[in-house]
Amino acid sequence: MSSSHAMSPWRVILRREFRSYFSTPLAAVFLVVFLFMAGIFSFSMGGLYQRGQADLRSFFEFIPWLYLFLAPAISMRLWAEERRLGTIEILTTLPIPLWHAVVGKFLAAWFFALVALALTAPLWITVSWLGDPDQGMIIAGYIASAMVAGFFLAIGAFVSALTKNQVIAFVVTVVACFLVLLSGFPLVLDFFRGWVAPGVVDAIASVSVLTHFTSLIRGVVEFRDVVYFASGIAGLIIATTFVVDWRKSI
Amino acid sequence: MSIMSDLDRQLSNEPPNFHQFNHLPADECGEYSSDPIGFTMADLICADNLHKSFGSLRAVNGVSLSVGAGEVVGFLGPNGAGKTTTMRMLTGFLDPSQGSVSLRGFDLAAEPIEARRAFGYLPEGAPAYPDMTVREYLQFIARARGIARRDISSRIEAVTHRVHLRGVMDQVIETLSKGFKRRVGIAQAIIHDPPILIMDEPTDGLDPNQKHEVRELIRTMGSTKAIVLSTHILEEVEAVCTRVIVIAAGRVVFDGTPVQFEAMAPASVTRNRMDHVFRQLTVAGAEVDS
Repeated sequence: MSSSHAMSPWRVILRREFRSYFSTPLAAVFLVVFLFMAGIFSFSMGGLYQRGQADLRSFFEFIPWLYLFLAPAISMRLWAEERRLGTIEILTTLPIPLWHAVVGKFLAAWFFALVALALTAPLWITVSWLGDPDQGMIIAGYIASAMVAGFFLAIGAFVSALTKNQVIAFVVTVVACFLVLLSGFPLVLDFFRGWVAPGVVDAIASVSVLTHFTSLIRGVVEFRDVVYFASGIAGLIIATTFVVDWRKSI
Repeated sequence: MSIMSDLDRQLSNEPPNFHQFNHLPADECGEYSSDPIGFTMADLICADNLHKSFGSLRAVNGVSLSVGAGEVVGFLGPNGAGKTTTMRMLTGFLDPSQGSVSLRGFDLAAEPIEARRAFGYLPEGAPAYPDMTVREYLQFIARARGIARRDISSRIEAVTHRVHLRGVMDQVIETLSKGFKRRVGIAQAIIHDPPILIMDEPTDGLDPNQKHEVRELIRTMGSTKAIVLSTHILEEVEAVCTRVIVIAAGRVVFDGTPVQFEAMAPASVTRNRMDHVFRQLTVAGAEVDS
C-alpha cells in the first residue's frame, strides 16, 4: 500500500497542523497582535523618528520580548490538544515513527511564526525607503528572530507534551522562556558578577537566549550562536519525543 | 463435560475450563505465514500474558488471547475490568508492564511500524480533529498511513460509501451528530483495509438504527478480518460476534462462542440469560436470582 508517491509522514503532520492554525480565529488574532506590536515597538517605543536613523534595531531588540508571549500561544495546543481530544491515541498508533509527528508539529508552529515574521517586511521596506540601513544587519536580525521563535516554540512543544491543559502549557512555557531569556540580562549577570567566579557568569550568560540573540542582531552571524539555537531546538525535539512516548496515555 | 457442569464449577468458585474451544491457546500462537492466503491459517492477533499496572493498581493481570481471520470477538466486562487497557495494549498505545503482542506476525514492541500497518483502530469515544472536514480528515489519515496519492480518493470513496458518510464529506467534524462522528471513526479505521480491526465500544451512544447499521458493517467485515470489539451490550454479542471473551478484574474469565456463553445459564433462567451469565462471571459472590 505504501509507495514512493506517498508524502513523508512528517510532512503530512506538518501540513495538517499548519492548516489547523488557520481553521480558528487564533491565526488572525495572532497575526494582528504581532504586527501591531511590532509596529509600535519599532516606531513609537523604539524612537525611530527621534533617533533620526532608519534601521530596524529597535524592532529586533523587542522581538524576543514579543515572542515571549506569542510563541507560547502558538505552541500551547500542539500536544495538549491531542491529549484533550483523545486524537493522540490515533496519532500514536499510526504506522509512523513518533519523531515524525514531533518534528511535523514543531515545524508547523515554526512556519506559522515565520509567516508572521515575514509579514513585517513592510517595516523593512519602509526603513529602506526612508534611509539607507545596513541590509546585512537586517538579514541577520531576521535570522536571529527566526532562531528565537524556533527555540521558544521548541520549549513550548516540550511543555505542551507534558499536559492536557493548554492554559497550563501557556503559563509554564512563558515562565520557562522568560528564564532562558533572562539569564543573559545585565541585571541577572551583574547580580552574579559580584560573588561568583567569572567562569560561572559566562556559563549563565552562555545559556541565555538574549546573549546569543544580541550577538546575532549586531550583524555578526557567528557559528557558535547558530549552533546554540540549533542544538537547543534539536535537544528539545528529542526530549519532546521521549515525553510524548512516556506520557501519551496519561 | 456438559455446559451445565461448567456453570456448577463456576458457582463453586473452581477455575472455569478455558481454551476448550476451537482456537489455539495464546501460548501456542501459530507461526504466521507471509503468504496473503495464510491469513486464515494463523492468528492475526496474538497477545501473550499481558499485564498492566498503574501505580499500585493492577488493571490487567495476565490476559492472553489469539484471534484469527473470520473471527469477531466481543470483549465484555464491567467498567474498570481492563477492557480499554487491554485494547490499548493490543494497539501499542500502552506498553504492557509484562507480556507481548504480535499482530499479523509482527511483534508490536520490536517492529512497531509493521505491526501498526496491520490494524485499524477505533479508540473509545471515536476521537477526531473537530476543525477538519470529513474529507480533509480522511485524506490526512490516508496520507499518514502511506496510501499512494493516486489511490487516496478511491479509498475514501469506497469507505465513505460503506459507512454512509457521502452526504457530510465537506462538513466540519465538530458539527456532526454522534452517529456520524462514530462513522468517521470507523471510516478512518478501515481506510487501508486492514486485516485486523480493534474497536472500543463502536456502537456506544448510537440510536437503534445506527447500531443496526454498524453491526451489519462489522458482520460483513468479520468474514475476512480479525475483529475485536468491546461492548456493554450483550445483544450485540449475539448479533455480531463469533466469540465472546469476558474479562473481570483484569483477567479472562470466559472465552467461547456466544452459544456456549448463553448455555452457561441454568435452564431455569428463561429471560436475559446472557445477563445472568455475565453477572455470574463478573460479580464476585453473586447470587443466582432465578
